[in-house]
Amino acid sequence: MTNGWVDIKNADVILAMGGNPAENHPVGFRWFLEAKKTRGAKLVAVDPRFTRTASQADLYAPIRPGTDIAFLNGIIRYALADKSRYHEDYVRLHTNGPYLIGDAYKFEDGLFSGFDAAKGEYQKESWGYNPDAKTKAYGVDPTMEHPRSVLQLLKQHVDRYTPEMVERICGTPKETFLKVAQIVTSTGNAARVGTITYALGWTQHSTGVQMIRAAAILQLLLGNVGRPGGGVNAFRGHSNIQGATDMAGNFEILPGYLKTPTSAMTDLHGYLDQSTPSTLNKQGWASMNYFVNYPKFMVSLLKSLYGKDATKDNDFGYAWMPKVDGNYSWMYMFDDMYRGSSMRAGGKEPGPEGFITFGMNPVGLGPNSKKMIGALSKLKWMVVVENLETETAQFWKAPREYEGGDASKIQTEVFLLPASSFAEKDGTFTNSARWLQWKWKALDAPGDAKADQEILARIFLAVRDLYKKEGGALPDPILKASWAYTNPANPDLGDVLKEINGRALTDIPDPKDATKMLRTAGQQLDGFGQLQDDGSTMCGNWLHSGCFTEAGNNAQRRVTADPTGLGMYHNWGFSWPANRRIMYNRASADADGKPWDPKRIGIQWNGEKWVGDVPDMKPDAPPGTFGAFIMLPEGVGRLYSPVLNDGPFPEHYEAIEAPVKNALHPNVTSSPVSKRFSTEHDKYGTVDKFPIVCTTYRLTEHFHYWTQHHLNGRLNEIQPGFFVEIPEGLAKERGIANGSQVKVSSARGAIQGVAMVTNRLTPLKIDGKQTWQIGFPIHWGFGAAEGHRGPLANMLTPSAMDPNTWTPEYKAFLVQVEKA
Amino acid sequence: MVMQSLEIRRSSASVWGIPSGIRTLPTVSKYIDTSTCIGCKACEVACQEWNDLRPVQTTQTGTYQTMPTLHPEFWNLIRFNEQNYDGGIAWIMRKDQCMHCDDPGCLAACPAPGAIVQYANGIVDVNQDLCIGCGYCESGCPFDVPRFHATTGKMAKCTLCVDRTTVGLEPACVKACPTGCLQFGTKDDMVVLGNQRVAQLQSAGYKNAALYNPAGVGGTGVVTVLAHGNHLDWYSLPADPHVPILTRLWKHVVRPLGMVAIAGAVIGAFGHFTKFGRKEVPGSGDSGVQPPPA
Repeated sequence: MTNGWVDIKNADVILAMGGNPAENHPVGFRWFLEAKKTRGAKLVAVDPRFTRTASQADLYAPIRPGTDIAFLNGIIRYALADKSRYHEDYVRLHTNGPYLIGDAYKFEDGLFSGFDAAKGEYQKESWGYNPDAKTKAYGVDPTMEHPRSVLQLLKQHVDRYTPEMVERICGTPKETFLKVAQIVTSTGNAARVGTITYALGWTQHSTGVQMIRAAAILQLLLGNVGRPGGGVNAFRGHSNIQGATDMAGNFEILPGYLKTPTSAMTDLHGYLDQSTPSTLNKQGWASMNYFVNYPKFMVSLLKSLYGKDATKDNDFGYAWMPKVDGNYSWMYMFDDMYRGSSMRAGGKEPGPEGFITFGMNPVGLGPNSKKMIGALSKLKWMVVVENLETETAQFWKAPREYEGGDASKIQTEVFLLPASSFAEKDGTFTNSARWLQWKWKALDAPGDAKADQEILARIFLAVRDLYKKEGGALPDPILKASWAYTNPANPDLGDVLKEINGRALTDIPDPKDATKMLRTAGQQLDGFGQLQDDGSTMCGNWLHSGCFTEAGNNAQRRVTADPTGLGMYHNWGFSWPANRRIMYNRASADADGKPWDPKRIGIQWNGEKWVGDVPDMKPDAPPGTFGAFIMLPEGVGRLYSPVLNDGPFPEHYEAIEAPVKNALHPNVTSSPVSKRFSTEHDKYGTVDKFPIVCTTYRLTEHFHYWTQHHLNGRLNEIQPGFFVEIPEGLAKERGIANGSQVKVSSARGAIQGVAMVTNRLTPLKIDGKQTWQIGFPIHWGFGAAEGHRGPLANMLTPSAMDPNTWTPEYKAFLVQVEKA
Repeated sequence: MVMQSLEIRRSSASVWGIPSGIRTLPTVSKYIDTSTCIGCKACEVACQEWNDLRPVQTTQTGTYQTMPTLHPEFWNLIRFNEQNYDGGIAWIMRKDQCMHCDDPGCLAACPAPGAIVQYANGIVDVNQDLCIGCGYCESGCPFDVPRFHATTGKMAKCTLCVDRTTVGLEPACVKACPTGCLQFGTKDDMVVLGNQRVAQLQSAGYKNAALYNPAGVGGTGVVTVLAHGNHLDWYSLPADPHVPILTRLWKHVVRPLGMVAIAGAVIGAFGHFTKFGRKEVPGSGDSGVQPPPA
């Protein structure tokens, strides 16, 4: 979230789209209701189904799964049609709306310029800004009327998304769409603020990142980014998934979203050179481009990884870091596993032979379950660290319909290590609002179950002993790794959090006052502002720095005072970055540093410094010194983004499996750069055989694939079995009665469940044709406790994914439905 | 339950219905705002956990509702209902449980002295010690709440967490509610809150919004905000609940008459005894009759 949970209470309009917060975030949803009750805020729910969230909404709009970009671009078009519908001063000041784009950038017939058809990728050179040949400063037109200005290009790009086109693509009736557009754009001014909330309903598409981009563009146009009650707010699906992502949950990032080095980056200097963005000036203001500090973050990370062995002379151990070539994301990893070979570093290598999985259930959560199970069957060994015996731990027992093969012929040796649950260990949860909150262990783990950190530590120590004894091809990355914990076999998580925060390794002089020390050797740092690039500081994650200072463990703070009155609670836990509660909060004020809305102050300039929230700005830099978006090289918010893999503007592409051709450009129906696979399990269905649009989701009563395995029966009692939601008309057409068994099939398999016949799903008229849509929840599996078993929903989902995040397309695919 | 013998306002099968407790307390109430209930069922689980009720075997029948109706081990049930409304849908979620009526039909119907009590604060509770499991309370309840528990042979229902509220805690369901649609306090406060919310709903376009606090049972210890007050059936709420006539007749006419008849019989028997002396049973005394073998 750019803002926070509590901050939702400050909104005048809440657009809930690509998510069902009342279902999946019921506790956070209280702030939606608070805004409605105390401010008279309007809640708009846009969803394929009339959901629990929709039941609370002032306006509900149905939409076909996977068409959210068309809907959002339609609102952007509506906003740009009239200056009273967007916040022009904000756009001029805080976005790249006035920037001029080079003539090479084009969008024609569904393709952006630079498309490399052979590779299925874009070459992005043509997307850049238009720098002046002499000064290298790029062109700006403050009137935003230049035809190559971002604002005009955006206007031109979304011009095709008329309300009629939105209805044709999304199935949303034109009148309903216009009502939504009117309510949402009512915040396009200084007096009002709106927030947009989303979750996996946007992320899990082959165009997921661009859906979120469209929301960000809309919020920038409306002047809602950085302001209390505004922002683009992602609701995360696990209690600590934000923390996991921050700590390098993905292969392409290191802790704090630093870049994973590739083998081409042979030394630290080259790596830093390529990773540190150069400042792009300027639009009257300079860009602070805070990422010029990248070397400080990276060197401090290396010092935390390799301790004393990391020296200036050996590039702080950079050579020991794994260099990642190729794609190690989920589906590529399983594809390699399944095929038994890999195309890394441009050459053919054997696929992985072993797999360690902690706290997740790949067989349940991966798309195309048959392929997941088939892939695990090819392994020599697998270690499952879990507190329950998940489907993954017993994949070889999968029923026949999963085509897992003959268990007696599967050679995979499976080790199930009992882990403790979240309540059986302490540590932090980082919530969607970026708040690190410490939790205390509530009870001892049963039997031999161990905390994850102890399991990891003991594996590490055993492997290190082997390297010590036997040597090996590349022992240094293991032997030189720092492991400075009080109890090496079971590190205290307080120690780990201190390491993440970072500390001074030598005395660091204060640059402002030579008689003083900024930090003395051994002291915890106050924040990432004290990090150094000479090896005198160490820090496990620059972004979290400030969480455990000399004052103590700030994640444990529980002060409920809120002098702002806006729900910021600065002394509750620790919010990254720098305990800032609203990101980009400089944009909450105008050119003079005055808040757009004096009742909802993000920060404001008091003549000497910025006050309010922790400023997202140099605290003593007067208004006009730097642009509001300090992390971007251009210093302003991006209406146009030249860095994503699928285009500078969001464009509607159909899902990989769609019931219609793309109404805008029939020759380019789905995203030209989205990825798919080619094993015998990677089948993709067509509308002639699978005419019904399907989506998947979660239920408030269950937690992922976990609760079905649980011995406490209460959650199964209140939501007892797998079901398929089917609209009344379709049920009638197919002779399906409520409560009867129904079979749903896709190109990849078939599952069976209880039909829930409902009016909450309606047929939509897509491109003039009535199109049915259905949906079903995940959560069930073949390995659940007796009496709670059900099919794996992902048996039906396709191996297709977003080209930026490689997130699978779980949310829109084609199926057939029949009576079982 | 009966924890507070000093706080009993009314007790079942007490002929004259006089208060048997000493303390006076403000009447309490639960507030349910169905218009902000998201049907998350946290209250269902909290109720079961606090009261140590066992999980009930349920099956998926094509609804989000946990089970069709209340159960002796499930005292708090969200009722889900989909209705066509205003060209779209209204998805109603209403928490169903004992309404803690001011004039409780269950208490009126109960023939076992002290088995159902109403405390001074209005909470209606079943005294498991004294309940005879006859099921009369079921027929006396206009909301179809009490359930016969086959294992204990007694009646069971929501106690408004009397064991919590007595020590100053809110009921478990209220504690667990994430949205604030459940509140607990004095009846007067809850009615004020309810009326405010109703006014807010009306100004937001729900012209028929209403507070459900039916007079037929003297008002309820659970006040419910309804966005669609003109469609009580959407909420499975009776339009005009009252204690059944037969229960009243039994309680106020037949039963007192019965008491009179019993008293008359006793007086008659006494009179007979004083007039005619002990009745001789033929063959009694040392007649040589052997008791039957054990």
